[in-house]
Amino acid sequence: MKQFDYVQPKTVDEALASWEPNAAWLGGGTNLVDLMKLGVTQPQRVIDLTRIPDLGEIAFQENGSVRIGALVSNAALARHADFAQHFPMVSEALLSGASGQLRNMATVAGNLMQRTRCAYFQEETAACNRRIPGAGCDARDSDEEARALLGASPAYVATNPSDFCVPLAALEARVEVRGANGTREIPFAEFHLLPGDHPERETALADGELIIALHLPAEAAGFAKHARYLKVRDRTSFAFATTAAAAALRMEDGIIAEGRLALGAVAAKPWRVAEAEALLAGQAPDTALFARAAEVAMVGAEAPEHLEWKIDLARRTAARALAMAAAGTPARMPALPASTFGHQNGDLAHV
Amino acid sequence: MSLCISLTLNGEARDVTLDDPRVTLLDLLRERLALPGTKKGCDRGQCGACTVLLNERRANACLMLAAGLDGAEITTIEGLAVGETLHPVQAAFIENDGFQCGYCTPGQIMSAVGLIAEGDAGSDPERIREGMSGNICRCGAYHGITLAVQEASRRMAAKDEGDTA
Amino acid sequence: MSDTLSPQIRFGSNAGQPATRRDGIAKVTGAATFAADNNPKGLLHAVYVHAKIARGRVSHLDVAAAEAHPGVTHVMTPQNRPELQGDPSAKPTMFSFRTEVLQDNTVRYAGQPIALVLGETLEAATEGARLLAPQYEADPARVGLDDNAATSFEPSGFGLPGGESHGVLAAGHAAATRTIDVSYETAAQYHNAMETHAIVAQWDKDRLTLDTPSQALNLSCAAFAYFFGIPPQNMTLRSPYLGGGFGSKAIPTGPQVLAILAARMTQRPVKLMFTRQQMFGPVGHRGATRQRLRMGVDETAALTVIDHDGLAETSTFDDFVEPAANASQGLYAAGALRARHRLVRLDIGTPGPMRAPGEASGSAALECAMDEMAEAAGIDPLEFRLRNYAETHPGSGLPYSSKALRECYAQGAERFGWEGRPLEPRQMRDADGMLTGWGMGTALFPCPMFAAEARATLRPDGTALFETSAVDMGQGAWTSLAQIAADSLGLTLDQVEFRAGHSALPDGGVAGGSGHTATAGGALHAAGGDVLRQLGDLATANPASPLYGAGNASLVARDGWLLLEKDESRRERFADILSRAGQTEMTGTGSAGRAPEDAGRHAMNSHGAVFAEVKVDPDLCQVRVTRLVGAFAAGRIINPRLTESQLMGGMIWGTSFALHESARHDRRSGRIVNADFAGYHVPVNADVSGLEVITVHEDDPYVNALGIKGVGEIGVVGTVGAIGNAIWHATGQRVRHFPIRIADLLTS
Repeated sequence: MKQFDYVQPKTVDEALASWEPNAAWLGGGTNLVDLMKLGVTQPQRVIDLTRIPDLGEIAFQENGSVRIGALVSNAALARHADFAQHFPMVSEALLSGASGQLRNMATVAGNLMQRTRCAYFQEETAACNRRIPGAGCDARDSDEEARALLGASPAYVATNPSDFCVPLAALEARVEVRGANGTREIPFAEFHLLPGDHPERETALADGELIIALHLPAEAAGFAKHARYLKVRDRTSFAFATTAAAAALRMEDGIIAEGRLALGAVAAKPWRVAEAEALLAGQAPDTALFARAAEVAMVGAEAPEHLEWKIDLARRTAARALAMAAAGTPARMPALPASTFGHQNGDLAHV
Repeated sequence: MSLCISLTLNGEARDVTLDDPRVTLLDLLRERLALPGTKKGCDRGQCGACTVLLNERRANACLMLAAGLDGAEITTIEGLAVGETLHPVQAAFIENDGFQCGYCTPGQIMSAVGLIAEGDAGSDPERIREGMSGNICRCGAYHGITLAVQEASRRMAAKDEGDTA
Repeated sequence: MSDTLSPQIRFGSNAGQPATRRDGIAKVTGAATFAADNNPKGLLHAVYVHAKIARGRVSHLDVAAAEAHPGVTHVMTPQNRPELQGDPSAKPTMFSFRTEVLQDNTVRYAGQPIALVLGETLEAATEGARLLAPQYEADPARVGLDDNAATSFEPSGFGLPGGESHGVLAAGHAAATRTIDVSYETAAQYHNAMETHAIVAQWDKDRLTLDTPSQALNLSCAAFAYFFGIPPQNMTLRSPYLGGGFGSKAIPTGPQVLAILAARMTQRPVKLMFTRQQMFGPVGHRGATRQRLRMGVDETAALTVIDHDGLAETSTFDDFVEPAANASQGLYAAGALRARHRLVRLDIGTPGPMRAPGEASGSAALECAMDEMAEAAGIDPLEFRLRNYAETHPGSGLPYSSKALRECYAQGAERFGWEGRPLEPRQMRDADGMLTGWGMGTALFPCPMFAAEARATLRPDGTALFETSAVDMGQGAWTSLAQIAADSLGLTLDQVEFRAGHSALPDGGVAGGSGHTATAGGALHAAGGDVLRQLGDLATANPASPLYGAGNASLVARDGWLLLEKDESRRERFADILSRAGQTEMTGTGSAGRAPEDAGRHAMNSHGAVFAEVKVDPDLCQVRVTRLVGAFAAGRIINPRLTESQLMGGMIWGTSFALHESARHDRRSGRIVNADFAGYHVPVNADVSGLEVITVHEDDPYVNALGIKGVGEIGVVGTVGAIGNAIWHATGQRVRHFPIRIADLLTS
């Protein structure tokens, strides 16, 4: 690990003041410390945020929305009873990610900032335009499985690995950030950037801006009874998604009043398609409908070499997630969250 | 640069001077504080061998910068037994043969203690399997591990009931 | 029977007991000391740099940058590496591999050590290593079986399986009414013991002390001593606990040699611990294979021919072959059999033995092919195996020393509930709509014996000390060998002190080949027997003893007494025999091995049958193994608790082989892109449910004095095929390569 200057500000203002180009914000460390060991990230200064007291709260507002402090751990959020009740698929996504240990450490903001798991990004000697602009992309012509089906560019082909961000995209979360110019909120859809010609730019954060909190709007809780996250993976647990989908339905008298659908592990950002959701509205839940929505969600998908199968799998994942959402949110978190083997038959909360 | 941190380490207050902010908690324990019971299996949070309790929650010591831990309470495998009396999880691992080579065992045991404290799994084997999936055992002692956590969980719950009754 | 190994052993009551591990408390409290847990005073930390290309030359290392980093003390490269006395490119013993220790700037595989950095702290050495920032002149990498197929060749030399054949192949083919001709591929796998290879090296003049995990202490000492030109007796190697070995810790590796060299150069203790990524390179691996199986049956579904060709990868500079086709030898009663091997040289580290070498990969292909043959013949796969049951060893015609495979089939099938399994695939669904399939496979593993020695010392207080440099890498040697030792003197387990894992002890042999308990245990048993013989000689020759005049062979030992077997009222305490003779303690020695004449009289194998149930999501194609029942016959079981754990561990390895493990190379550089636990999957706890092991009783009077066959590897064998076959049964899809992944089931 490259040597760095370590500071531990006590307030957000102090933190912002200690920023310098090539500094890094340190939260739970589960991604940053790993990448520093690999030499993929080499900050001159590490700004440890964990001593800032007011970033660790989960606060329901009077209007029903919730504000989640940037340093709330994945585990604390997932297991927060009120939160899990209102936003069950967010909890399910969180609990399907990483391990019990890592979820205790990883933070909300860190999860939003999680870097790609593309092997070529993680290897200092490989060419990666995200790591070094202009270096090239060794992943493009490779067998890498973390290559995107949607939204890739010639410069960058990798996916975003986050589970958490998938339901957040579906539920239209907002990211509260603060920088030298004050506080602003970024709609989730605008937070992660598609790579285009500048894959080195990953998020809408300006240099030195800091995530303060995450907001989920009150309307998002309207999906609580029919909201699931489904994660297809190569082993039963402790694996990144092969494909994933967050599906949420607001049901009225057996009809889908409003549907939400976002796909994970298919693009450089969580993939949400308005046209797919529009198909659902006003319809009775039905397998054929879900298949059509899944089809629309993947419109424009282009499979990289050797990953042709993944487009089909992503569609099936989306359709299944919708069907699971239609069946209802389980009363208790499945033993295997977000797993196809996590069925809780006869244990549904939707009636 | 030199940093001073104060830890409560296995119940004991320790002041530690760090000459290097790069030191992880894992390397601090193993190389500088003579507590090598916590193991390094991958150094990347991918195997769980380095699991310790940080403020009573399980965490991977390999991904924590020691510099950030001022004031933290840390329990390692060396601090679990009380004198000669094993923690119920330790005893259950022996009785159920929840290990073979023993290298991942400190991490498995600390993870199990953390899992039981989290309270989600109880003695449901499927929830235990999921909850223990952050700890890789290459020997393949998972069957015994699951039985051990089930048994310890039941024993500790019974004891808790006994204590409150 | 005249050819029974004699004398028939006297055996006590410890063997067969499910004692908990004697090292249990040390392991659950963190007190068990693994190699890298040692921190001698004045320690330097070593980190080695490994090549990130598979073929070419290192053209530049930024030594100045590394040396300038605070805390870095030395940088060792091919330019300044001190002399070694032994030639690392030579193969001084039959167990030697050519070793990369910075001979030159050539890169022969990704993962090869290319420099070593020493630092006052681990952090300094680690960053120094990174700062070397190697540059390369790279040549195209050849890393896939097809990349160099044109130059494949038949292996020869040590340890290489010659072909095996019997019967007339052409006649076998001609007699067949149904045939199959199928190819299966298995991926390259890396041992990945949880404890990465580590070493702490300390020199005191020309004496060398090592803390390093070793599956063969005395063999390792000889090899290390060779490199450094010192007599093996100048070496001390301590290896009380191995954090897993699986075949990767039997032979010294280049980086370990470099660490020792660094310790000699700096005159300070040096510690080196491989990173996880570095476990994918210089420590061996299970080479990828492509196997072609041509089989035929007649109208009675009797096998007329098995023709098994194995193609395996090896390195460009050494010759290890994965002897996969050997799995077809000795298992089924085919009229004609041929097993052959070919090798392909690739720009990879030299493969080596990995838990169930040959058998695991070979059985994966063979057992799936058997399933295909049964399908072609239209009969149940278990019935098909029973019809082709070998009553004597096919080929040699030798009788089996024992073979309770029929009972394994019966008990395994009964426990699993095999009866009523639909013949056709894709017939079963569970309540959640998951495709459900059942498959099975036969397991076979040989019962080798190595050579071992042991010493037993009876103490005046009636306890005994047993010593051998045996190795516990998780299989439970600390416990099961102590049980054997205690029985040899008729003592209870707590009356025995057992010392192992140290090179100064009598040579405990190799922990490998599933032969360690039989071999080291045999030596311990013989050492105890030597003490009893001496005691008996003293007692029976002395008129003052109640045993005077009784023949030595008629004595038994129990609870610290020597007794006349036919009249137990005639007995004497060990202590009294000793004190009468004016001795305070008595030492005996023993050794074990297999006499060549015994090896030639019988075919000796452990056997088993594995039954698997898988669930497959019909749309998403994610697979989960929901039940695995293994029934194994492996001779005398010394400790049922540890045996069950060993067999279960093996079966989990089988699951891992079938569904997970695969090292993937970058096609340009040749480096392994998934060299970590996030990318190179092995099962996690949630992957393992419904695991059951049955041990089938077996008395084997021929295999060795203790009747032990070994259980360390056979659990892997049969399991891979059982899972592959269950996936076919669930889905109707024959995937002819391992691991079987989601994409295979979606597209095939």
